[in-house]
Amino acid sequence: MAKEIIKVENLKRHFKVGEETVKALRGVSFTIYEGEFVTIMGTSGSGKSTLLNTLGCLDTPTSGEYFLDGIPVKGMNKNERARIRNRKIGFIFQNYNLLPKTTALENVELPLLYNPAVSAKERAERAEKCLREVGLSERLYHKSNQMSGGQQQRVAIARALVNNPVIILADEATGNLDTRTSFSILTLFQRLYREGKTIIFVTHNPEIALYSSRNIMLRDGHIVSDQYNNDIKSAEEVFRSLPVETE
Amino acid sequence: MNISNSSKIAIKALGNNKMRCFLTMLGVIIGVGAVIAMLAIGQGSKNSIKAQISEMGSNMIMIMPGAERRGGVRQSSEDMQTLKPADYDAIVSQATMIDRITPMVSSSGQWVNGNNNYPSQAQGVNTQFLDIRQRKVADGEMFTEADVKTAAKVCVLGKTLVNNLFPDGTDPIGKIVRFGSIPLTVIGVLDEKGYNTMGQDQDDMALVPYTTVMKRMLAIDYIQGLQASAIDENQTDATIAEITNILRESHKLRPEQEDNFTIRSMQELAEMISSTSSMMTVLLAAVAGISLLVGGIGIMNIMIVSVTERTREIGLRMSIGATGRDIMTQFLIEAVIISVTGGILGILLGGVATWMIKIIANWPVQIDPFSVILSFVVCTVIGIVFGFYPAAKASNLDPIEAIRYE
Repeated sequence: MAKEIIKVENLKRHFKVGEETVKALRGVSFTIYEGEFVTIMGTSGSGKSTLLNTLGCLDTPTSGEYFLDGIPVKGMNKNERARIRNRKIGFIFQNYNLLPKTTALENVELPLLYNPAVSAKERAERAEKCLREVGLSERLYHKSNQMSGGQQQRVAIARALVNNPVIILADEATGNLDTRTSFSILTLFQRLYREGKTIIFVTHNPEIALYSSRNIMLRDGHIVSDQYNNDIKSAEEVFRSLPVETE
Repeated sequence: MNISNSSKIAIKALGNNKMRCFLTMLGVIIGVGAVIAMLAIGQGSKNSIKAQISEMGSNMIMIMPGAERRGGVRQSSEDMQTLKPADYDAIVSQATMIDRITPMVSSSGQWVNGNNNYPSQAQGVNTQFLDIRQRKVADGEMFTEADVKTAAKVCVLGKTLVNNLFPDGTDPIGKIVRFGSIPLTVIGVLDEKGYNTMGQDQDDMALVPYTTVMKRMLAIDYIQGLQASAIDENQTDATIAEITNILRESHKLRPEQEDNFTIRSMQELAEMISSTSSMMTVLLAAVAGISLLVGGIGIMNIMIVSVTERTREIGLRMSIGATGRDIMTQFLIEAVIISVTGGILGILLGGVATWMIKIIANWPVQIDPFSVILSFVVCTVIGIVFGFYPAAKASNLDPIEAIRYE
């Protein structure tokens, strides 16, 4: 049996908005094992953002249990959660969130800056290695505003990999990209999956589920389906079939 | 995260906004520069006053007729005639703490030499005057005790008078000039001293035996004052007490009667002048300090803007593992870097400004090392104090909201 990376049990999250209580999550339970590529899908308002925030240790559940890599997250204070985010989680955002006017290398080094155990030398080495992995070995010293959207997202992926996280959390990671670039990024995710990385990819685009190993559907704070995908399509094939756009 | 990493991040962030960073610094630079320059001017003028006073003789004591009166009551002319030559004799024979003493009587009038004339005074003194005022006779010689006794018609002229009475440069020694209608033989010329701190021409002076002024010019039996020097300048208070006793006895004053004379020491005068100058320094420094405060508020303002503008960055840093403390440290360091760098540049600016004041306006200035250290410390404190609120604001952001901030 593979290692349990994420285990949530009857997770509930309620928000107070004025007089009303909004129930964003109404009891969600699932377990994600090491090496899975899970898409979490749902329309806006389905609770997927809340779930992502909770899984990312940015938010704490109102009730229910959450174990990340066997560690109970519920009851952790802000600083403990910051630490666990730094050591266990790699975030990828829709709008990349790179630091402006900062080189790719420095952007990737960023998470390691908040880990005093990593020396400056090791920081640079690990960042460079991750950038090479995502295919940006030629652009280490390019600044974030000198790169295309696809390149920026690759930097963001390298940043998510640099701390050797147990889980990569991607939030609409292809949402801002054109089709061809989206598939090149998806190809990268699939490669990471084949290398044994555990990935959660939150999206509202049902097509992406075809390329993941498992798909969890959310609606109104409940899981409506949780299916394994036995016929994972290759993003690379699609990427190759798409014409290169020329002027 | 350690301080060195925080500093790197902070320096990087400031480097991304050089112009803004510099403009913010400018407030501190000008503030600190102004404080340094103002304190340098204050310190310089204080020093120069001190030097002038010790040059004039910090052990000098002045005795004037009439009670010390402040305010509106006008003193009668009789009150101004309380000091007699007998008082001078009493002090000379009884005082133990006095080194030198001279009566002072002066008469205003016109000095005349042929076609040339010049309005000035005839300063009636005895031979000890030169020692008390630390003056010398440059040419010729001073009159003697015998000249004083006989009320001789001789005079020692200051340089300004010589220049005006003998514009063609002839040697004045031995020549006869007139003061009013009285002919006086010039027997000496005083050394040149220039202007003092109060702007008085110290060379516009003619010395005549005091007896000559009293008998031949004014026809009075009283003296207008006495100037003395204490043996020990640290004992001026005791010396004043001694003179007071001698004079009260000589004037036969009963214990309940007020003194009908006034005694001032140069030290008192020095304190009076330097306290005025200290007050000016404090005022100037306060104004400069206010501009430093404004600079600090500028830092706070720009840091608040910066926090708002970089909300997404803060959200990102938090989501990849920065604690509130890390964020707080980063922004505090940014504020301190701005204020301290501004402080250092301000000290340099203050130094340059001080130097220029010295060169252009020729004012006495002196930069006190204490003011440099003080400005530096104040800058650091300003950075921390005014950086604290924006930094706390940044560290309290919710990462979920911050990262989606548009």
